[in-house]
Amino acid sequence: MQREPLIPEFDWHTVFVQPWSEYASNSFWIALMGFLVSGTCGLVGCFVILRRMALVGDAISHSLLPGITLAFLLTHSRNTVPMMIGAVAAGVITVALIEAIRYSSRIKADAAIGIVFSSLFAIGVILISVFADKVDLDAECVLYGELGFIPLQEIAYFGDQAIGPEPVVRMAAIALIAIGLLIAFYKEMLVTSFDAGLAASLGISPARYQYGLTLFLSIVIVSSFESVGVVLVIAMIIFPGATSLLLTDRLSNALWISTVFSGLYAFLGFHLATWLNASIAGGMTVVAGTLFGIVWIASPNQGLIAQFRRRHSSKETNFEPINPGL
Amino acid sequence: MGESGDPPISACGRPTQASRGSRSQSRSSFTENRIGPWGTRIKGSQSVLRWFGSILILLVFSSLAHAAKIGEIADTDWTEQAAEFFALEHPAIRAAALGTLLIGFCCGGLGSFLVVRKLSLLGDTLSHAVLPGVALGFLWNASKDPWAIFIGATGAGIMGVALVGWIRQTTRLKEDSAMGMVLAGFYGLGVCLTTMIQNMVMGNKSGLDSFFFGQAAALSSADLWLLGAISAISIVLILLFYKEFLAISFDTAFAKAIGMPVHALHYLLMALLTFAVVVSLQAVGVVLVSALLITPAAAAYLLTDRMHWMLILAAGFGMISGILGAFISYLSNNLPTGPLIVLGSTAIFTLALVFGPKHGLLTKSLRRRRQRKRIALENTLKSVFHLSENSGFKRKEFAVTELASERNLNLPSAEREIRSLVDAQLARHMDPEPGTEWSGKARFQLKDAGWLRACEIVRNHRLWELYLTNAAQYQSDHVHDDAEEIEHLIGEDIVQRIERRLRNPIRDPHGRLIPQKNQITA
Repeated sequence: MQREPLIPEFDWHTVFVQPWSEYASNSFWIALMGFLVSGTCGLVGCFVILRRMALVGDAISHSLLPGITLAFLLTHSRNTVPMMIGAVAAGVITVALIEAIRYSSRIKADAAIGIVFSSLFAIGVILISVFADKVDLDAECVLYGELGFIPLQEIAYFGDQAIGPEPVVRMAAIALIAIGLLIAFYKEMLVTSFDAGLAASLGISPARYQYGLTLFLSIVIVSSFESVGVVLVIAMIIFPGATSLLLTDRLSNALWISTVFSGLYAFLGFHLATWLNASIAGGMTVVAGTLFGIVWIASPNQGLIAQFRRRHSSKETNFEPINPGL
Repeated sequence: MGESGDPPISACGRPTQASRGSRSQSRSSFTENRIGPWGTRIKGSQSVLRWFGSILILLVFSSLAHAAKIGEIADTDWTEQAAEFFALEHPAIRAAALGTLLIGFCCGGLGSFLVVRKLSLLGDTLSHAVLPGVALGFLWNASKDPWAIFIGATGAGIMGVALVGWIRQTTRLKEDSAMGMVLAGFYGLGVCLTTMIQNMVMGNKSGLDSFFFGQAAALSSADLWLLGAISAISIVLILLFYKEFLAISFDTAFAKAIGMPVHALHYLLMALLTFAVVVSLQAVGVVLVSALLITPAAAAYLLTDRMHWMLILAAGFGMISGILGAFISYLSNNLPTGPLIVLGSTAIFTLALVFGPKHGLLTKSLRRRRQRKRIALENTLKSVFHLSENSGFKRKEFAVTELASERNLNLPSAEREIRSLVDAQLARHMDPEPGTEWSGKARFQLKDAGWLRACEIVRNHRLWELYLTNAAQYQSDHVHDDAEEIEHLIGEDIVQRIERRLRNPIRDPHGRLIPQKNQITA
């Protein structure tokens, strides 16, 4: 067997032209799905980051596994509705268990999160192993997602009109709901995220929005994980928001910027994966990480370079007058 | 798009069967002696340490030579299987048992430091962050060379931890976001690399899959050696630096102030943790390694307040869950080891959470119930005192109706309160003998013990009221409710201090007499 080089030669034609000429429709659906997933996750993610719930999101994404497995075992179908119910139930149970452990013992939040999600994930893996012949859930799919399979999925019809692969249509619906909720509750989310005390005094219950966000987070995670996998869905939730929060101080701007970044992840990630012949979700994450690195270093106000300059100049100017010895 | 069609790491669904057949792997040898740290300076723990140590060493030497696959043993019924497993005769069983013991030991002990430092999820970050390192190590010579993978994984893990710290220091992002990004970013890179490896035409690419869900049977003798070596290193380092690790875990500022190299120690600890994670990956899987770090340590945290005992307990719990997981996955043919180990430790954690002698839920609720009962008794006693006081301390016997009206209760509740006084040997029934049906006319009398206790409570109450008005400048009509709560809680020493401070007062702010200590005892 001849060993191929790990990194194939970069060929403009195969990487950028071919996907959009020969396989245009496939590429379109994959890139669109990637964008929908990371865009929706990114919108929710901005709030998740502001509320320091990033690792709760990680926990939820792991504990979905037993939820969807049980739903699948009970209904014997990969129907969206039971899966969704199972996943949301799992998400709610996760959060409830974490809170219960925190409030009833001296265990801190971080350890509680770790214990709950790993136990639930372990239950899920065991369920899949025991009922392997009955469960059509693929563990690889759970871990990595199968963005590349999107064009092969069943086509959803609207009347007689074929609109697109079923997962894409579903994800688009979720994205629209996310945008609708965001517009409807923007002010409330803004207030509860930044100043829970003010929110409570204005008659907006922070707890209610917290639970609402958690619920919606589970829904987004379950609809995304099929395409990007349990772990990388966290990347899609955290990276767009984290990157955009380094560029702006305003939440509304952060939401727009995170959407732009999501588009970049989907587009560049797809081509990176095509070039390297690697997992698309992995490619998107690598792009996300790289873009974050660039922004981290070069962000005009908060970047490492800007910080360095500021420190440098402040040494020369600001500290001088403080020297009273002279 | 071919990449996604041929998913990277295969057979994740049923790692066990797949792995039984064809695994020979890399990392697991170092779990065994993690207990080390506490052993150093603490006498009580030394004997335990020695005990564990000798068993482990015995196991190591008896089994390293011929580690093979558990699954090769023919199935019989489960009692025989259990006997077979615990007899540890078959080398494959010994290898798996030893491996999981070592892993539980290492991860449990080292995880304690994470849990007390509230860094539990750093373990999770670490376990995901090593993935690209594993892939690169695998690429080194396109085979599962344990050492190459080990070095790559350790490098990646330490880089990940350093990045978390750096992101947190230089951006506005909080720790959770930083950990999430490192975790997901490194994992994504790892997934990319693994899929690239899988898509390359290469001979021996089996085995990478056991890194995801874990299989104890995948432990080879090389893995066990690695596991053993790293265990030894960890034990020695923890024994050497126990005091330092303790200081940076509980009071970093203090450690810095007395000149300890805090950063170096932190990264030393992180390096040890990375070692533990890397060698455990094979048997437990990437996703679940963090559970081994967190859960046994959290269970131990519920049971003890001393760090050395926490380390010992955590290591012990880790070993128990390790061996349990290996055993159950041995009984059934298609269960992966990792999740079973994790569930074993979750079970231990749940037991500790509910039945823990100090902080357990059951203990706490029992304690609360006892306290509620005591407070109820004391309130009744106090009311009887008031009744007696109203009669000028002339009467000793009271009717149930009197108590009921004093306490604003209905008759049955008043009867219940008296019955519990009688049960507690604080009062006795008088006139109609205590029967199933006594009426409101039934009478009772406090015994000496009950009277004494009643005086104490009233004294606590009135002294506290006086203290609030005189020393804390409260208005005299604002002090009753506060005294109502505190009277059950303050002990004799506080009461005496208050008395001294108020110069042995006679009357409370409302002009009533305060029962005096000498009167009470008389």
